[in-house]
Amino acid sequence: MNPTSEPNWSAIASMPEFQALLKAKRRFVIPSCVFFTLYYLTFLILVGWHADLLSKPLLGKVNGAYLFALSQFFMTWIMAYVYMFKANQFDKAAAALLKKAGY
Amino acid sequence: MAITMFILFVVATLVITFLSAKKNTGSSAYFAAGRSITAWQNGLAVAGDYMSAASFLGIAGMIACFGFDGFMYSVGFLVAYLTVLYVVAEPLRNSGKYTMADVLAYRLKPRPVRAMASLNTLCVSLFYMIAQMVGAGVLIQKLMHDVPFMQETIGYNLSVCGVGVMMIIYVVFGGMLATTWVQIIKAILLISGSLFLSVLVMRKFDFSLVQFFDAVTQIKMTAADGQQVVRNFLDPGMKFKNPWESVSLGAALLFGTAGLPHILIRFYTVPDAKTARSSVVWAMWIIGGFYILTTFFGFGAAALLGPDTTSLNPNMSAPMLAQLLGGEFFFAFICAVAFATILAVVAGLTISASTSFAHDFYSNVIHHGKEPRPGTEVKVARITAFAIGALSILLAILLGPKVNVAFLVGLAFAVAASANLPAIIFSVFWKRFNTTGALFGLGGGLFASIGLILLSPVGLLGKEGAWFPLENPGIVSIPLGFLFAIIGTLIGGREANAEAKFDELSVRSHTGLGAEKASSH
Repeated sequence: MNPTSEPNWSAIASMPEFQALLKAKRRFVIPSCVFFTLYYLTFLILVGWHADLLSKPLLGKVNGAYLFALSQFFMTWIMAYVYMFKANQFDKAAAALLKKAGY
Repeated sequence: MAITMFILFVVATLVITFLSAKKNTGSSAYFAAGRSITAWQNGLAVAGDYMSAASFLGIAGMIACFGFDGFMYSVGFLVAYLTVLYVVAEPLRNSGKYTMADVLAYRLKPRPVRAMASLNTLCVSLFYMIAQMVGAGVLIQKLMHDVPFMQETIGYNLSVCGVGVMMIIYVVFGGMLATTWVQIIKAILLISGSLFLSVLVMRKFDFSLVQFFDAVTQIKMTAADGQQVVRNFLDPGMKFKNPWESVSLGAALLFGTAGLPHILIRFYTVPDAKTARSSVVWAMWIIGGFYILTTFFGFGAAALLGPDTTSLNPNMSAPMLAQLLGGEFFFAFICAVAFATILAVVAGLTISASTSFAHDFYSNVIHHGKEPRPGTEVKVARITAFAIGALSILLAILLGPKVNVAFLVGLAFAVAASANLPAIIFSVFWKRFNTTGALFGLGGGLFASIGLILLSPVGLLGKEGAWFPLENPGIVSIPLGFLFAIIGTLIGGREANAEAKFDELSVRSHTGLGAEKASSH
């Protein structure tokens, strides 16, 4: 790409490939955000209003509250990897459409 | 002993500062380390910026005194990174240059938006910074208990000044490169210190998780009425009596991290969005690992020292645990790590605030987007770093050692979530979003969050007179921030230029076309 010439932004934006990329991203990012927000919110709400449910020992002496808290760590790491995997696909789609547009 | 270790760390970091000072030629080098930082380095630096004294000393102390409720902070601090990863990191790296305001100014009227964003950055950084400085003052004062005059006010003041002067040196001379390396060293020290401390705790329990959790579920302590009681420290509810309080704090953490300027500017130090993304994942491993370890040294302090001991001085729980298990040498090491933590975080905050002032306010608001002469932007940033350093020393001394540190950090997160996040999200994802909307969102969010905190039980009116019942305003001020941004956009009417440039911003942030490249050395 020649750095001095400004790319034709709206031409790229109106490419069907770009629109498809946006749509795919939206379909992945929005549900994911809703999921992790709800997973975390459920934890806060259960701890706040239903601590009795979480106080039962589940694993030896370890209670549900601690296990639910611990599961948040693993949820976060798994979601991070899911994102990495999807983002690599999006990168490929973005590179392909830029190539097609001549950049 | 502790003092020798302090000096060792200080000398090592000064050498780095000196070496980076020689490499600092030009704005990109000073503000963004030449965009040459790799993913794992930036991951460590993000983690270093994030794991402040509040995390290490504060959470350990909170778990040691209140058990499970303290551990909830650990959870929230990590989950928050999903918002950073999913929503802000890549668009920010793709469409900005040095600061968060770069993204907002892309399609909106740059001068008012940058002025407001710069004010928010200064507010968030200053609240966060004062909290760290107060923590440092108290820590050093405690450590030097054998030096007679250190126990008095003058000792606290001297400690605060010492930390302030150090961070000014890092930032003024070393710029982003030195600050990044100070962060990396500190993150490594902090992780290895907490890992070793956790191993020592588990050795006390013959490396058996069963024995460890057995002890944690039956901890002897003195209740408020003076009775000896046995408590299960894994049970929720010892700190947060009002469930709304933990929901509100949780919301501020979850959405605030993605609006913290000193975290966001880290994404400009890497070569591209892909590296920004993997650096967030690196940071999530490091931060998550660290917060899982708080289980061992937080609950461990409760089990081994006992809440009656830790509650005398909650912030010293981790160092005291180190003293019990590893003797004077390890105590000194952990204190030096805590000190390094504070110093590094404060330097990170200073550079984000001074970058924002120099780049957003000086170059773009006063000089209409052009540096008057090459090099002035860096010069202004250095002067600002000096001024911010002096101002925070002064404020930390005026507030004194008794101010509630968690309150100041909570304020920073709430302001970041309510004021910065709505504007960032809308400017990237909402075509109709306009300048009025950004100003309403940035200003209204700032006003709502600070206002509610002033009216809260930890604010000006005291516990009885408070108008707002929660200590953290997040649950009300974050929706208000979004609402202000939407109302402002509707009042402002259609802004042709902002909508016309939406395509450009959208293509840039989703494909990385035209993003700032790494400078070649």
